[in-house]
Amino acid sequence: MTEKKLKLTGGTVDSVVIRFVGDSGDGMQLTGTQFSDTSAMMGNDIATFPNYPSEIRAPQGSIYGVSGFQVQIGHATVHTPGDEVDVLVAMNPAALKTNLSSVPVGKTIIVDTDSFNKKNLQKAEYDENPLLTGELNNFVVIEAPITTLTRESIADIGLDNKAMTRSKNMFALGMVFWMFSRPLKYTETFIDKKFAGKTQLIEANKRALRAGFNFAETIELISSAYTILPAKMDPGIYRIISGNTATAWGFLAASEKSGRPIFLGSYPITPATEILQELTAKKYFGAKTFQAEDEIAGISTAIGASFSGHLAITTTSGPGLALKGEAIGLAVMTELPIVIVDVQRAGPSTGLPTKPEQSDLLQAMYGRHGESPVIVVAAKSPADCFNMAFEASRLAMEHMTPVILLTDGYIANGSEPWKIKKTEDLPIIYPNDLKSSREEWMPYKRDPETLAREWVLPGTPGFEHRVGGLEKKDGTGDVNQSPENHQLMVKLRAEKICRVKNNIPLMQVDGAQEGDLLVIGWGGTYGSLFTAVNHLFESGQKIGLMHFSYLNPMPKNTEEILKKFKKFIICELNMGQLHTVMNSKFPEYDYFKFNKVQGLPFTVLELTQKFEQILNNQ
Amino acid sequence: MSEQTNPVLTFKDFQSDQEVRWCPGCDDYIILRAMLKALPEMGRKKEDFVFVSGIGCSSRFPYYVGTYGIHGIHGRAAAIATGVKLANPELSVWVMTGDGDAMAIGGNHFIHLIRRNINIKIVMFNNEIYGLTKGQFSPTSLIGQKTYTSPYGNIQPPFNPGQLTIGSSGKYFARVPGNDPKMMEELFVKAEKFKGTASIEVLQNCVIFNDGAFEEITNKETESENQIRIEHGKKMIFGKNKDKGLILKGFKLEVVNIGENGITEDDILVHDAHEADPTLHLMLVRLQNPVVMGEIRRIEETSYDEVYVERMESVAKKSPFKNLDEMFFSGDTYVVE
Repeated sequence: MTEKKLKLTGGTVDSVVIRFVGDSGDGMQLTGTQFSDTSAMMGNDIATFPNYPSEIRAPQGSIYGVSGFQVQIGHATVHTPGDEVDVLVAMNPAALKTNLSSVPVGKTIIVDTDSFNKKNLQKAEYDENPLLTGELNNFVVIEAPITTLTRESIADIGLDNKAMTRSKNMFALGMVFWMFSRPLKYTETFIDKKFAGKTQLIEANKRALRAGFNFAETIELISSAYTILPAKMDPGIYRIISGNTATAWGFLAASEKSGRPIFLGSYPITPATEILQELTAKKYFGAKTFQAEDEIAGISTAIGASFSGHLAITTTSGPGLALKGEAIGLAVMTELPIVIVDVQRAGPSTGLPTKPEQSDLLQAMYGRHGESPVIVVAAKSPADCFNMAFEASRLAMEHMTPVILLTDGYIANGSEPWKIKKTEDLPIIYPNDLKSSREEWMPYKRDPETLAREWVLPGTPGFEHRVGGLEKKDGTGDVNQSPENHQLMVKLRAEKICRVKNNIPLMQVDGAQEGDLLVIGWGGTYGSLFTAVNHLFESGQKIGLMHFSYLNPMPKNTEEILKKFKKFIICELNMGQLHTVMNSKFPEYDYFKFNKVQGLPFTVLELTQKFEQILNNQ
Repeated sequence: MSEQTNPVLTFKDFQSDQEVRWCPGCDDYIILRAMLKALPEMGRKKEDFVFVSGIGCSSRFPYYVGTYGIHGIHGRAAAIATGVKLANPELSVWVMTGDGDAMAIGGNHFIHLIRRNINIKIVMFNNEIYGLTKGQFSPTSLIGQKTYTSPYGNIQPPFNPGQLTIGSSGKYFARVPGNDPKMMEELFVKAEKFKGTASIEVLQNCVIFNDGAFEEITNKETESENQIRIEHGKKMIFGKNKDKGLILKGFKLEVVNIGENGITEDDILVHDAHEADPTLHLMLVRLQNPVVMGEIRRIEETSYDEVYVERMESVAKKSPFKNLDEMFFSGDTYVVE
């Protein structure tokens, strides 16, 4: 929540939210990334949220082709990309139209006046030019002919009109850099690298960047720049990381700490594809990746690789998880370790493929035929994807079971500073390898504590055995369809998952440890929930946050925590899936629920209002 | 994998302790027997074999072989086997499947495995019927065939497994009658040596739901007239008296009688299984009378798994980082004090 209002005259502020919006081909993602990276380098905490359309290059100027990138930078630690926009950079009328509602009165809007021509206004469904009607009178509007100025600044380089126009994002970035007293050097270095060998493009982009910077200073539309002091963060070495990259790196770390090479069988799907790309690019660490012919082949190859002894992974989104359901059942029956990553997106069906939602929880928990329990975990922020990918791998291999890791488009594409972990500081993973002698070993002989069977790989002489989807006899693993054995095996498989609770951390509550209201959430909503809860807690309310990273099984102390609060509210970006789970697991408590399914994250404001309402018995 | 001489294994070493449960009289018993005899001849260790299957009568096969094995889910054997093989390229991986498992529900995985040319052997038990679900038509059932789901006669044109294999850029296709254990045994051993995806079609009689489907082709009385068994480098001659052969007339294969109309043995085509151009191989797999048996196509090229391993090694040599930590701390990092 952005409490501190920005003064139009600038000055020092605690945090600020900036949103860059334009056509999907305007380079807004790159512009936003450059601004956030530069800010992080200067010691600010950041949280970003790219919001882009599912069309790659929608018709220019159209409303559905608008692509945006939002970043919150802060002097204090920031947990979300922010609710309300302090500075909106709108490269065309459609961008203004679709984003104006996020900008509170009094805030700043920078527009490229060159793009407010008849054609673009029509495409944005404006009857009249909003720059002329007075409808923006309550905002600080900075009108700049960005396209013309960009072209003029680079006219002598020898690029054609189209190529010149492409540098306009750098001009806009330069303006914003000046407003927030950011140095240009990081982006200049970036330009050198990105366009290495293309001297004209390097020159054009650098010049446009500087021209924008100088223009902002010259026109003095903003009397002085805003300053945001560095954030108070844990000392250490940081880097900016996106959720999907963090997921891939978490797997690399798990591979190293378990001694098991990675095999990732996957089929490209938005918004999960970057994990496959990242691990493929990092092949030199021994990660085997395989782009399969479909989702089912993705998981099936992973199951085969698991049988051969690899840390087996498949990555997907909701529609793909549905396709993989039968194969997950096979991994449950054969008791082979495998990690299934579901980067959730809004559904059903193709739904809103680039927008986040948390609506796959029940699918992850129960979306298979038969009694088919698996471990379900979720990441709560971009950097936390590293931790949970590592945890998912650890639990899969130590307990010989499929694990579903839920992230979402919001944290997968968003980024934040990650305090880099050294591999030596990560725990060792102990896959449940062959321990028994040839005489006592059986394919389904179980560890007395975890109930995990031993992982014996082809190539091991004397231990040849068959696994498969038909029900197995307890112990020997022979095909067996007797009634008593089936019931026993169903119970054993459930009990095996249940005992995982002995191998996961206890739940930690943020804010009040006991009191009036316990907010309950899971996964990628952590940043918004924490910010809202913390705000009320610091203002003296007895409010706490119980946020689940481990959903099945849940931490052992879950009920102990519930006992310490009077009221409960479960907040989710779905229609109440964790609510259903909590009602079935802990039915003696009454839960309020707060749900949103707009393909957008929670805003801190709407959460705070809801919590206050409950705290005040309204 | 050590380089020591492998111990001499026998048929018995490869038997599993499980009771075989196919219908009495099923050709599957003959295929199993042929495989158990072929395995010791392949000169590999028992623990290095993995049999992978999907669903169907044929897919019970892995339970009956005393090696490593996975009985998977319907249609996915080719994909599961791909994972087994890429994770450990040293293994000898076999997919045991049927016409429905491989070409209906698993059609996508089947064609892509073949396209990639991964060193995996596919043995397709083609009985032109669904057996385990009790008598529905399959993708190889004939037009007009009466089954429980085509009581008035099947109207779906069938796949020809050889044509589908070659159409998927297949490098290896062989066909064998399900009542000839000797030929099967030899073929399995030969296929194991092939570096790439081998697609083997077994004409397998289902005694319950499609009995006699291949009767005219495989009957001992008529087989020599209705089958032609071909070998690379040899003339394509058949018939009880070895007096018939294949020639190319225009763009079609033609059966001729040697000694008639001035045709001599010199006119008969020599089989070239190694010819990369698939034109003649396609004609051979499509030939109805006689039906062609043996290794019809065998093109040795680099297999996907070989390239995969090479790529892993060459990329690893070029790694810009010594270890993970070095990557974590590389590039744009910054210090917070």
